[in-house]
Amino acid sequence: MDFVGIQQEFAHAPATERHTHNRWEPYVDNGGTSLAIAGADYVIVASDARQSNGFNINSRYDPKAFHLSNNAILATAGYAADAKRLVEVLEQNAQMYYHKHDRVMKTSAMAQMLSNTLYGRRFFPYYVFPILAGLDNEGKGALYCYDPVGNMERVVYQSFGSASALVQPFLDNVVGFKNQRGADPARLLERDQALKIAVDAFTGATERDIYTGDWLDIFIVDRNGVTHEKRELKHD
Amino acid sequence: MFRNQYDNDSSTWSPQGRIFQVEYASEAVKQGSAVVGLRSKEHAVLVAVKRSPNELASYQKKVIRIDDHMGIAMAGLTSDARVLSNYLRTEAMRSKMVYGRALPIGRAVNAIGDKAQSNTQEYGRRPYGVGLLVIGHDDTGPHLYEFNPSGIVSEYYAYSIGSRSQSARTNLERNFDTFEDMSLKELIVQGLRSLRDTLQQGKQLDTLNTSIGFVGKDTKMTILDGQDTQEYLDLLDEGEAMDTE
Repeated sequence: MDFVGIQQEFAHAPATERHTHNRWEPYVDNGGTSLAIAGADYVIVASDARQSNGFNINSRYDPKAFHLSNNAILATAGYAADAKRLVEVLEQNAQMYYHKHDRVMKTSAMAQMLSNTLYGRRFFPYYVFPILAGLDNEGKGALYCYDPVGNMERVVYQSFGSASALVQPFLDNVVGFKNQRGADPARLLERDQALKIAVDAFTGATERDIYTGDWLDIFIVDRNGVTHEKRELKHD
Repeated sequence: MFRNQYDNDSSTWSPQGRIFQVEYASEAVKQGSAVVGLRSKEHAVLVAVKRSPNELASYQKKVIRIDDHMGIAMAGLTSDARVLSNYLRTEAMRSKMVYGRALPIGRAVNAIGDKAQSNTQEYGRRPYGVGLLVIGHDDTGPHLYEFNPSGIVSEYYAYSIGSRSQSARTNLERNFDTFEDMSLKELIVQGLRSLRDTLQQGKQLDTLNTSIGFVGKDTKMTILDGQDTQEYLDLLDEGEAMDTE
């Protein structure tokens, strides 16, 4: 009778061991941070350009914000290879749209398309945290932020990446006027003010986050098109 | 051409070495309204007559952009042209993604040539019923190619396909050695002049039925329709006036 009991006890034990320690990992976090702020008639996108892998720096200048042909900007954070491929796919879809409809793709259309593109790889995701920035149909600044599998939300400001935990609460306070008494939470910032905030967010993030620094790419989209500037950040 | 016992499918040869189904497909091209293509040292141009089935309908699009450096004009079955242009567009994008460079025009036309050829050799499929003039600019300069339902592809200095295109070809043959050094404007007007020869008695080229496409080294593939064609039609008329003085 006891032997039967012991058999039952070990009936569920696996026949072979599982090797979890030596498997090849398809993803890498290349570090870096992105942020975007929307205003009444503009959007500002700022991304640092350091690409790293652990404690190593791969590149001092490898941009992670991309200007698309429909005058939208895609800011990314996460795995650089997936981010680059995602941008290529997005741009191809934007081109195809232009061929077929003889006009440029609206930001809202691209936003939905990006969500679908990400969900299309639900079971082997793009390891990217994208922010899509552009002007909406009324010319107001529009930002859409996503998770790696396409959950989409339209927002006024957002930050992703290695220093997002430092930057997002800062933006919550100075752009969203959170935790402030007497401030108007619906007020949108003036462009110059937003630019200062974006740059300050990065100088601050560069100080404390080892993966953020080197150079800052700033894109501003308004009714006249897209401008791009590069600013230096600390290289340590 | 008359019905015969060798024309049922494209996998049957006639004793004279003809595949009638392919030849019949070429007839569909001849039914379409004319398109003219020509090139200079720097640019390649397409001009086309658009047709409208009746007064209520729109004019059929004849010139299609494939990429920033390539475009096509079609004569024949519009739906077949759509399918081929979609294929060319994806091939052009694939070239950029895989090789990091714009698709060379010769490769593009050979790709659709091969596609068309397979429809002339498989049982159960029909040849494409559209002819194309493909213009583009790549590392080796501006190009003009003709694509046939048979899959035969040829490069030209100038050519025309479609209804009454022989008149245009005759005009081009007479003048083509002057095209090399023409400016873009002159080239377009020359194209329109040849195109005009394909029109029936009493018909004119106007902003409704004319379509112009062009591409060059520093000129992205551009298509002009409607009012945008007016300035070139005016130059065409001016030229006319000068000739008759």
